[in-house]
Order: sequence, then structure tokens, then C-alpha cells
Amino acid sequence: MARITMREAISQALWEEMERDPKVFIMGEEVGLWGGTYAVTKGFYDHFGADRVRDTPIAEAAIIGGAIGAALTGLRPVAELMTINFAFSAFDHIVNQAAKMHMMFGGQMVLPLVIRAVGGGGRQLGATHSQTPDAIFAHFPGLKVVAPGTPADAKGLLKAAIRSQDPILFIEHATLYQTRGEVPEGDYIVPIGKSTVARPGKDVTIVTYSKMLEISLKAAETLAKEGIEAEIVDLRSLRPLDMDPVIESFKKTNRAVVVEEGWKSFGVGSEIAARIYEEAFDYVDAPVKRVAQTEVPLPYNHILEQMMLPKVEDVISAVKEVL
Amino acid sequence: MAEIVAMPKLGFDMAEGTLVRWVIVEGGEVTKGAVLAEIETDKATVEVESSAGGILYRQLVAEGTIVPVGTPIAVIAAPGEEVKDMPETGVEPGSVTAAAEKKTPDEKTPAAESAGQKAEAPEVSTAQHGQVTPDGGVLRASPLARRIAQENNLNLNQVTGTGPAGRITRRDVEIALQRAPAAVTPAAAPLRPATAAATLPAPSGMPGAPIPADEHQPIEKLRSIIGRRMVESKQQVPHFYVTSAYDVAPLMEMRKQINLQLPEESKLSVNDFIIKAAALTLRQFPNINASLTDKEIVRHGHVNIGVAVALDSGLMTVVCKDADQKPLRLIGQEVREMAARARAGKVRPDDIEGSTFSISNLGMFDVEHFIAIINPPEAAILAVGSAQNVPVVIDGEVKVGMRMKATLSADHRITDGAEAARFMQALAGFIENPLRLML
Repeated sequence: MARITMREAISQALWEEMERDPKVFIMGEEVGLWGGTYAVTKGFYDHFGADRVRDTPIAEAAIIGGAIGAALTGLRPVAELMTINFAFSAFDHIVNQAAKMHMMFGGQMVLPLVIRAVGGGGRQLGATHSQTPDAIFAHFPGLKVVAPGTPADAKGLLKAAIRSQDPILFIEHATLYQTRGEVPEGDYIVPIGKSTVARPGKDVTIVTYSKMLEISLKAAETLAKEGIEAEIVDLRSLRPLDMDPVIESFKKTNRAVVVEEGWKSFGVGSEIAARIYEEAFDYVDAPVKRVAQTEVPLPYNHILEQMMLPKVEDVISAVKEVL
Repeated sequence: MAEIVAMPKLGFDMAEGTLVRWVIVEGGEVTKGAVLAEIETDKATVEVESSAGGILYRQLVAEGTIVPVGTPIAVIAAPGEEVKDMPETGVEPGSVTAAAEKKTPDEKTPAAESAGQKAEAPEVSTAQHGQVTPDGGVLRASPLARRIAQENNLNLNQVTGTGPAGRITRRDVEIALQRAPAAVTPAAAPLRPATAAATLPAPSGMPGAPIPADEHQPIEKLRSIIGRRMVESKQQVPHFYVTSAYDVAPLMEMRKQINLQLPEESKLSVNDFIIKAAALTLRQFPNINASLTDKEIVRHGHVNIGVAVALDSGLMTVVCKDADQKPLRLIGQEVREMAARARAGKVRPDDIEGSTFSISNLGMFDVEHFIAIINPPEAAILAVGSAQNVPVVIDGEVKVGMRMKATLSADHRITDGAEAARFMQALAGFIENPLRLML
């Protein structure tokens, strides 16, 4: 197995799917001639041509609206949003059109649409370009929300997303592109809507996904040195949300910390905690603890920005609080 | 027409009780006799039944409130009825009580309440769902700790919490279970060998036989109540004792004859006869069917016999009301039913309230005789031993007779030796001539 970056893994998935199915095409800002803001589609334009790697104006509503139309006519668009923060410009198209069409019109049409969106903070891009609004999109039935935390999952989940008949928001964390990991070559598929145990343990369950998986794994290493074995469950998909591994783990550890990069209020941690209380109340030995971003618009200043984002130490102290 | 339910008086010395838990929510339907709430007295936790059917219009006191006897605690109304004049509770305001007093009709409509909206102080809702500690606080324990404790029959009040805010966690329960294994699995008591073959205790003095370690048993609620009341009685009441031996051959014979006529489940016990005999005797000795208050001696009009019932967790006295008026079979049936409820932990207020005299019978344990501690504020208690075949002297000759010894413990502040002795003599008149119990 090759040890490649998440950028390469995503690129590989796109390339392989475009080779496999001529209906798959890419559209977005700077995806063609420039090769993608994050260099994910470098070389695609020359190989697949301008028809299948389409540069668009800076108009997110147009990108998603156009992609929806393409999907309705039978193509398989992979639309790229340079940042998920711009998804708000296309919010109506995403949650009010794409998420609803299939069910609202009696299943007359399917919408095999993938929206790749780059999210997350920590790169000094200012409050309006640094958000992690994953939970907002996961709120809407009809829209699948996927957010991988490892290169292998990024490849497997993206390939599954492109082959899916449903509209999918595929969230890539900007600071994970350089992360390396073993990625199976060729046709590697990870099913959407399946959480997984990323690290086995017995003392506490850490539930997390995306960038925070990396943070949580580091915290678990430090905790292990103190004799605390954390089990980490990586959600991978927020909708559909697979709670089975979470509940199974919780019934063993009786304590949980949910780590997300977005804000705490009405967030992923709230949802996970509520479901634990609903499904495993008699196994609760301590209140579920949420680790999340400080509730302010994220500052530009590097030191302040890092202070606001969840850190390894935050996870460690949350774990100790529930133990 | 709205009906007021008041704090019941569960015994002559009961001045107040703690309303531990409301069973019916406001707006909830109640039938006459349905359990409205649970009340804790210094004797037991008992259920309060509704004296009327309808809707529980209002709970007048909050959970955890100490309520004087006779104070209104609830209003039962007809469905849709609007109750204008709410009774005053006059309960001392505390943090919990203050919340209850806020519930004036102006502030809340019955409709809102029936929808289960409870916007009062958090103490109220916490107490409703959580367990209550002996000092009235809310017991903090994790759901997991509660479940493990329940599965292992462990009283969480005895467990020290080490979790956040003193919460009892799984670890605390597990430590407590290790410390008190016998409380959990009585069968595993060290003195009883686990092997089925070993029905006899292990021989003493066997070299190398393991000696069981000390066990530390938490003091259960009922145990501590018994302890407190008995210390009070033994320290404050000047007891004196009078013992008599009764010829119970005719009584045993009559019981045999009667029981031949009765189905298995309603056969009479020796104690049923003693209850009736004592009750009839007490009718002649009002000074022994009495209680002492601060300023006077109350000679009770009713003769209500308290019967000590042994429970796994201690002892409880159920009360056979007006036992002098009741036929033996009714006494037998009532006591049997109340004892069963007491053993099942489902005792009703009525079962344990109002005794004027008590009987403790250890006859079934092959006891020659014993002396009992008075159950305050009663004037006396009768301790009954076993009916035994003993040598007796009749007309200068030693013969086999059937005798039963009984000892009266009496309060010297109320009565004296001579009266107590006359009581024991008069009791003989019934016990030794059991036909008189039927008249």
C-alpha cells in the first residue's frame, strides 16, 4: 500500500472515477487551468479536457445550480466549492433544492451530485473563511454529509460518493491535505454512513471526525502514557449518522467525550450526547463532555486563532474530567 | 365538589411526615384508593391513598417537604372543576416549600399543569426523579451506578460518591459491593459453606480452616430507625416486667379443631388467639391500653393491637384495629395480609398506624420466654414464647402439661406492678378458657 497525502488520495479517487465513468465531470473555481486551489485537480484539465474539467465564474449559486441541473439530466457532477464558507451563497440550492428534489417529486429524478467543499479553521483566513459549519448541513434530511479524517477514508468515501445516487456534501479539511497515510490502490470503496473505531481502548470513548480525529489520536497517545486507554470512534459521515460503534463503545467505557471543530451550541457533540443519553442511559457513569471551538467568530491573529480551536490538551483535560 | 387530602396520622406519636414522592402528577386522574404519594415517617415509608376519585387538581406541598399531620397536601376535584378556595398549608417555607407555595391558582391554569409543564425551582424536578438522601438532599449517582446498585440490591445512601460534585459512579458502587458482599448475596455468607452437601456447619477447631474476615454492613434506613426508637425507649421509659405461664392445652386443641374446618391459606395462628385475648383483656385495663404524652395519660377508646413482623431488613409493627371487636378469622386474615404487605415493602399507612398496645411473638422459634422493649408511646408490650410440653405439678403429682410463657413489659410512669400482674391474670382467663374468645 502506498503512503500518500490526503490531497493525493482525493485526486486519485477523482481520477479513477473519471476514467471509469465518462458521465463524471468536475466544475468549480480554478479547477481547470490552474489545477485547483488546493492542487487536487492538477493535470486533470490536460488529461480529461475542458468539457469534463470546467472552470466557472466566482458564483457559488451558479456552480451548485448548474451541477444540480447536470445531475438531473443524467450526468455525475463533482462540484467544488473553494471553501465551505461560500456554500452559504449556494445554500438554497444545496438544502432547498438538491436535498429535496428526489423525495419531493415522488422519486421521479435522482440527483447523483457530489459537492466537494473545503472547510475548517487554523490557516489565518479570518472569521468568514475559517468556519466548520458541518452540523448545519447535517441538519437537512435528503443531503448526505461526509467528512473523512484519513487519506484512505478520503479516497474510499469519495469514490462511494461519486457512485451514489444521492446529493452528497463532501467536506475536506484544509489542514489535512498534507496528512499522509496508507491508501489502498485501485478500486477502494468505503461505505457512506458507517462509523469506525479508529483506536481501540477501554476507559473512555472519544467520538470525533475529520481534523479532530488527528487531534484526538494525539491526545489518546498522551493519555496512554498515563495508563488511560481511550477508544476513538470516527464518525466519517454526519448524515447518515451511524451510532452503533459509538453506543457499543460507550456501553463498554460508560464515559464519552465528543470532539468537533465547530461550535458547541447545536452541534455534532450535542447530537451525539443526546443520542447516547437516549440509547444508553443506563450505561452513563458521567456526563458526556463536549470539546469544541470557542464561541466567537474565529480571530485572524495566529495565536488567538489557535487558542479558539480545540487542542490536544483540551481533549486530554475533558477525558480526565469524565473519568 | 373538591376534596382535600390531608397528611395522615400514622401512629399516636406522629406529628409530621416527609412527603417523599408524588405518585400522581397534577392533572392526573385518580380513583378512590389510588396511591397519591409516598410519605416517610420515622417508622416507614408508606403510601397515601386518595380519599376521593377525580383529578389531582393540585399538589399543595412539594416533594421533600416535612408536613405536620392534618395539613392539606392535595386537592382532588371533578374533571373540569375550577377550585376557588385553596386550603392553606401553613408549611414552614424552605427552599423546596417556597417553590410549592408559588403554585397559586392565579399563576397556573390547570390546563397548563395537566400538560406536565413544571417551571418551578429545579430542586422540585430533581427530587422528583432522583433518589432522596436521608437528610432530604438529592442523591447524586450516575445512571450506571444506580442500575448496578439496583441489580445488586445496594442502598446508594450508604455509598460515598467520588465523582464530579460528589456523584456516585460505577467505581464507587463496585468498591461498596466489594466491602459488603454479604449484603448483596446473603447465600454467600462466610459461615454458610457453599457446597450443597455441607448442610452442617463446618466442624470447629479444624486445623487450617479459613477464618472469614470481618464484614462491614451499612446500616439500612429501617435498621437505624429501629435502633433510634429502641434506644429512646430503653433509656427513657422505666420498664418493668411481669412473666406468667399459661396452660395452653385447651387453646391448642381448639385451634386444631378450628383449623380442620379452614382452608390452608386461612388457618389461624396461635398469635391470632393471643391478639384477641390481649384485646379483650385490655378492654378491662384501660390504663394499660394507654399512651403518655407530655402532660397527660391518654386512655385509648380503641383497642388496636400492634403485631411485630420480622422482615429481612428489620422489624415492623402492623396494626390490627379494634381487635376486641373482631372475630378470630378476621383478625387472622387481616394480620396475614398486612404482614405480607410489610414483607413485600408495600405497607399502607393504615397498616401501621394507631397501635395502642403491641405483641411480639417468638413462639415459632422454640423460645421459652423473652422480654420485649416497649414501643413508645404505648404503655406496654407483651412478649410471647413457645407453647411447650413441660413437667407441671397437678394435685401434688408431676405430669406433662402444655405451657406458654408470656412477659409483659410495662411503663412504670403509667402503670405499676400490681396492675400489670392483674392484667396477666385476667389474660389467663381468656388464654386458658379459649371458648371465651368466641363469645
